[in-house]
Amino acid sequence: MAISGVLRPGYVQVRVLDMKAALEHYRDRIGLDVVMTGDDGRVYLKAYDEFDHHSLILREADEPGMDFMSFKVMNEGMLDELHEKLLDGGVAVEEISAGGMPSVGRRLSFIAPTGHRFELFASIGLHPTGPMVNNPELWHAEPRGMRALRFDHCLLYGDDIDGAKALFMDLLGFAVTEQVVTPDGTVIATFLSCGMKAHDLALVRHDSKGKLHHVSFYLESWHDVGHAADIMSRYNMSVDIGPTRHGITRGQTIYFFDPSGNRNEVFAGGYTFYPDHPVRTWSTDEVGKAIFYYERALNDRFMTVVT
Amino acid sequence: MVEPHTIEMEDCGTQFRCPEGEGVLQAMERQGRRAIPVGCRNGGCGLCLVKITEGQFRAGPMSRRHVPAEHSEQGFALACRVYPQSDLRLRLATVSDRQSLQTECPSGQKGR
Repeated sequence: MAISGVLRPGYVQVRVLDMKAALEHYRDRIGLDVVMTGDDGRVYLKAYDEFDHHSLILREADEPGMDFMSFKVMNEGMLDELHEKLLDGGVAVEEISAGGMPSVGRRLSFIAPTGHRFELFASIGLHPTGPMVNNPELWHAEPRGMRALRFDHCLLYGDDIDGAKALFMDLLGFAVTEQVVTPDGTVIATFLSCGMKAHDLALVRHDSKGKLHHVSFYLESWHDVGHAADIMSRYNMSVDIGPTRHGITRGQTIYFFDPSGNRNEVFAGGYTFYPDHPVRTWSTDEVGKAIFYYERALNDRFMTVVT
Repeated sequence: MVEPHTIEMEDCGTQFRCPEGEGVLQAMERQGRRAIPVGCRNGGCGLCLVKITEGQFRAGPMSRRHVPAEHSEQGFALACRVYPQSDLRLRLATVSDRQSLQTECPSGQKGR
């Protein structure tokens, strides 16, 4: 059965301190295309291999971080169905009518127990620079920079990850693929999938609400992860760690920072998840390997540096 | 070519050189010193918050959550966004410094 409810991450809105520097980073280095700039100065971007109008929105603000992350659902009927489920589950949902965001239909907006704002939508325009469909070439023009294929997922830090996990599983049909659990059974990290990817959303327990750990972009290969590393050194970009591999999801990865201090990831690989798969569990005494499989230890920044 | 300035940490006495165009944190890291904790290096995470007690500097864009505008005049800044214009003396921010600076940044709430 193909996926029929929540399909995938749609777009994420990220706050940046300096739009010019942010564009150099996301457009010229990561390789996203600018599709439009709004009257309010927000810039809409997409990766070359995405059909939808945009997957990243940059908003200039006094502090970095994430404004909201969205998921695309199958169709308007499914959006109604999920709306009802959220309301039945006691979630306060705000309906935003079509026209509130360029190219996007009506949206449902809610705040998860971790303090993060999420949106659901079913309708968004296709962008002409998306993948070809008739005798499709690989791309319209060869991709730039790190050659990111798509916005893939976010890792978010917040307090009530149990509540958020329950919301995404019980009301929106996500499954846990992998987790980190303390000896007393407390889940400190949970990886959630709405389809067949190893994760579409990851949550880590943290003192404060609503924090962004990273926004992740998918690359084609381990070779492209190396190419991304070359670009980061060439342009003296701020690297957190990598190239390395995650034990969790098995993704081959680099963590780095945008010019406003928001962490980004580029990664390749990761396993395929089927809904009948058992949950993979890491204990906290092996958390180093879980997060950074080659270093086998967390770096100081993993738990403390968020926006 | 202007000579690099000398940066001195009050906490540990560590000294290193920093040219005018480079962030204090970046210069420290490049020279293998470890006097200030290194986070995002880009003005966002607040880990490298310091107080500049002597000297002139130019500050780049940094998160107002960690350094509210009214506090930059007291010499607080993120070391990754401090570009020296003279020799500088600085110290790490204390826990109480951080508590008094922490604010909910109003613009963060408007992002719908």
